Amino acid sequence: MANDIAAIVCLSLWVAAGAVGIASIIGLPLGLWLGNINERVRRVVFAVVYAGMALPPVVVGLVVYLLLSRSGPLGFLGWLYTPQAMVVAQVILDLPFITGIVMTAVSTLSAELRFQMRALGATERQVRLYLLREIRPAALLALATALGRSLSEVGAVWMVGGNIQNHTRVLTTAIMLETAKGQFALALLLAAWLLAFALLVNVVIVRLQGKPAS
Amino acid sequence: MSEPIYRLMGVRRRLGAFELHIEELSIYKNDVLVLLGPTGSGKTTLVKILTGLEPPDEGCVEYKSESLGPHASLARSRQIALAPQRPIMFRGSVFNNVAFGPTVRGRKDDAIVREILRALELSDLARQDARTLSVGQSQLVAVARALACQPEVLLLDEPTTNLDPARVALVENIIASMRKQNQLTVVWATHNLFQARRVGTRAAFILNGELIEVGNPPEFFDQPRDPRTRAFMEGRMVY
Repeated sequence: MANDIAAIVCLSLWVAAGAVGIASIIGLPLGLWLGNINERVRRVVFAVVYAGMALPPVVVGLVVYLLLSRSGPLGFLGWLYTPQAMVVAQVILDLPFITGIVMTAVSTLSAELRFQMRALGATERQVRLYLLREIRPAALLALATALGRSLSEVGAVWMVGGNIQNHTRVLTTAIMLETAKGQFALALLLAAWLLAFALLVNVVIVRLQGKPAS
Repeated sequence: MSEPIYRLMGVRRRLGAFELHIEELSIYKNDVLVLLGPTGSGKTTLVKILTGLEPPDEGCVEYKSESLGPHASLARSRQIALAPQRPIMFRGSVFNNVAFGPTVRGRKDDAIVREILRALELSDLARQDARTLSVGQSQLVAVARALACQPEVLLLDEPTTNLDPARVALVENIIASMRKQNQLTVVWATHNLFQARRVGTRAAFILNGELIEVGNPPEFFDQPRDPRTRAFMEGRMVY
C-alpha cells in the first residue's frame, strides 16, 4: 500500500512538473512577446488567451484523446494511456494561464521603462529578459497557478491516462476511485498528500517572489 | 570647428497636436550643447530623437556620418547613453541599476560602478532597493547609470531638476571632468538659464517645437539674434 501511494505521489509530481515545465518554456517567452504587441491587436489576443483559461479539462481530454487514439493523427506515437499523454493534456490546460498572466503583467509596464533600458544599450532581447525580472512576482504567480491546476486536474488526465494502477494513476484520479469504492480513509490520506504538496509549492513560490516592489 | 558628431536635417516629429521641427542642427564632438526652452517646448522629444530609438517622422538624423535609427548598428547606438527627465528605477539595488549599462554590454566592471557611485556620493545607497529612493536620488542614479555606460555621447534630460544646489554642483563638476578626460559629447536639456550659462559650450533655444537659435556663449546669452531668444533670456513671457 505504501509503495502504491509513493508511486501515485511520484507520478503526480512528475506529470505536474513536466507539464508546468514545458508550458513555461513556451508560455513565458510567448507572454513576454504578446505583452508588447500593439494596442489594436492586443485586445483580440488577450481575449483569446483569457478564453483559453476557461478551457474545460474534459474538452481538452477529449481532443487529446482523439489526437492520440490509434486512428488519430498522432496515434503513431502510442502515447494514449501513458503519462506522456497526461503531460500533453496538462500543457494545453496550463499554457493559457502562464501566457495570460505574464502578458498581462508585461503590458502594465510602461513603454518608457523599455525605452530607458534601450537607451542604456540593452538589445530588445535583453530588455525582454529584464522585463521578466521586473514581473518576477507575476511570473511566479503564473507558475503557481499552473502547478495548482496540474496537481488538482482530474478530468483530462483520467480520459487520456486511463487511471491505470502503477502506470497512470495520479493523486486526483486515485482519490476519485477510492471515493467511488467507499475507501474514504485512503481517499482522505491521498487528499492530505495533495493539499500538502499544494501548500509546499506555494510557500516556496511566495518566498521566491521576495519583497513587493515599492 | 571639427566634423559634427550629429547632423539633423529637416527633422519633424509629430506627437498629437505638437510638432518638433528642426531644419538643421549640428552637434560637435566634445561639445556641451545646452537645449534651452520652456516646459513642453520639445527638448525631451529632441533628446529622444538623438538616442536613435525614436526616429523622426520626416528628415534625417546622422550620427558620425551614418543614418541613426532603430536599425543603426548596436555598437554605434551603444556609444550613446541617456539620463532621462523622469527616470524609472529598475528592479534591484542601486548598484545593479548603475551596473545595468556595462552588464548589457558584457563588460561589467564593479570597480567603475563603485567609482561612479562614490563620485556622485551614492556609495551609502549602493545596496538599497532602487525603488525606495527619493525623486532626487533617482535622478542621481540615472546620471550614474548613464555615466557607467562610458558613452561617447551623454544625453541629459533635465538631470538636476529635483536636486539640491550641492548635488547640482556635484553633477555639473563630474560631467565637466568626464568631458575633459574622455572627450565626451554632452547634450544637456534644461530650462535653467543659470545652469545653461555654467555648463554650455554651445546653446540652442527651442520654442513651441521650433529650433529658434543656436549659438556660442557668451554671445548667445548676452546678445541673442532672435527677439524670442532675447525675451527668454530676459525672463519675459515668450509662451
